[in-house]
Amino acid sequence: MRRLPIYLLLTLAALFFLLPLYIMLVTSFKTMPEIYNQGILALPRQFDLYAWRHAWSGATIGASNQGIHPFFINSFELVIPAVIISTAIGAINGYILTHWRFRGANIIFYLLLLGTVFPFQIILLPMAWVQGKLHIAGTLIPGLVMVHIIYGLAFTTLFFRNYYVGIPHDLVRAARVDGAGFFRIFWRVMLPLSTPIIMVTAIWQFTMIWNNFLFGVVFTNSDQQPVTVAINDLVDTVTSVHMWNVDMAAALIAAIPTLVVYLLAGKYFVRGLTGGAVKG
Amino acid sequence: MAHSLMQRVGGKDQVIAGLMLSPTVLAAIFFIYAFILWTVWLSLTRSTILPSNHFIGLANYHDLFGSSRWWRSLSNLGIFGGLYVAISMAIGLLLAILLDQRIRGERLFQVVFLYPMAISAVVTGVAWRWLLDPNFGVQAIVRSLGFTHFQFAWIDDPNFAIYTVVIAAVWQTSGFMMAIFLAGLRGISPDIVKAARIDGAGTLRIYRRVILPNLAPTFFVAFILSAGLAIKAFGLIIALTGGGPGYSTNVPTIFMYVFSFERGEMGVGAASALIMLAIMMVVVVPFVILDARRKV
Repeated sequence: MRRLPIYLLLTLAALFFLLPLYIMLVTSFKTMPEIYNQGILALPRQFDLYAWRHAWSGATIGASNQGIHPFFINSFELVIPAVIISTAIGAINGYILTHWRFRGANIIFYLLLLGTVFPFQIILLPMAWVQGKLHIAGTLIPGLVMVHIIYGLAFTTLFFRNYYVGIPHDLVRAARVDGAGFFRIFWRVMLPLSTPIIMVTAIWQFTMIWNNFLFGVVFTNSDQQPVTVAINDLVDTVTSVHMWNVDMAAALIAAIPTLVVYLLAGKYFVRGLTGGAVKG
Repeated sequence: MAHSLMQRVGGKDQVIAGLMLSPTVLAAIFFIYAFILWTVWLSLTRSTILPSNHFIGLANYHDLFGSSRWWRSLSNLGIFGGLYVAISMAIGLLLAILLDQRIRGERLFQVVFLYPMAISAVVTGVAWRWLLDPNFGVQAIVRSLGFTHFQFAWIDDPNFAIYTVVIAAVWQTSGFMMAIFLAGLRGISPDIVKAARIDGAGTLRIYRRVILPNLAPTFFVAFILSAGLAIKAFGLIIALTGGGPGYSTNVPTIFMYVFSFERGEMGVGAASALIMLAIMMVVVVPFVILDARRKV
């Protein structure tokens, strides 16, 4: 019974963390009259799907009144190439930095490490200018994809570097004695050992890019925007009545992909969060 | 002979390795470091909607530090950042210590504490805006319990709205801090703790004298990460308060965005970005370098 206070505190904390998700869920299934007449905590009388349908395909966002779904699709079109490319390049880079050490490798490591801490505000204006010159300003593909790949590389490279440091160099040396070259060693020795770090990196990149708002709002226009920017536009739209149920349904739709990944592969997500920082 | 052959083979592959790494290195140099210098240059020019090469010295910085909105942004970052870092680290540490007591359902608690990290800052802002709305949210809930004069309308109050940002940000990342501290706690050798116990130290004493001092590197990491998150916070505040009421919850990220991309004062925007960089350097970079030194 001495442990009761521990469980009590943990349960209270759990309720605090669950509260916003709970009120989003119940609100999204209510009608507007219900929202006005009932407490925010009350369960919906009947599960009304209007808000979800309207959020998905009817709500007005900017100049479009097709709801959130075009932007939801945009986010997938952004995330898939950006995650694959930044993870692949990060893997090669990590392999090079750890097993093909050369003069300056440490300097490159620090250059990239610093690249993960700078506030991105510092690069927004030049990047906007460069994208203008390349005639890709405002585009999802390739404009925003490019931005996410470039500024994801420091993270993906460091993830793979920190993982490959733990792979014995003798494995690489033995493969070289057997006549394997740069690419063959990568394919045959490193990649088969890399499943966990590929999972960690891909999930990290997926979550970061899907959830990103700053790059989306700066570098894309109207119908090219990712879902986070669209959500903000939707919620911000001043209409006669604030449709809280639609706002909540839309926000939940935007949250579902990363939440699903988290619930299915949370282990890797946590490893990315803590491993990238703690173990180094 | 065999030796020189291997060196030749290694030499060729070494060249390939260099070639494969060079795009990333060049990209980092150009898209990070050259861009920083470029932003420095922009901050010294009369750039407005379009970049200009008309050099005007420190005039943009003069304008920046003459702006009450900028000062408000800085003081907000101080209030928000200080409270957020302290509270999220404290909650994170507490939860980690509680979870480290061989708890049943530890996994489930972890999943619940950490899920907000998987959600975007914008969604977090939208949810908390709803929960903090005086007419429907916390104020209404407490009033419906019978406390009819209960006041909690911070989100609409220019003097208190910044604290709602603290609440939402703490909610989103305390679980992350918990995970960092839990990893730190699990990294402490059980032998030191056992030794202290044999010496007759009580639990509280063991935490104060043995465990917390051994967590020093973890505190470093938690500080770096949370301070970095505080300085970069943007989507959360945009979705929660829109930077308002008025500009009462503006922070440098919002100031920079508004001046650069909405008001067409690129030079001032660039100057504000550089001050942000300076803040990050002063607060975070020494810790990062120290931390990296320790590991390499």
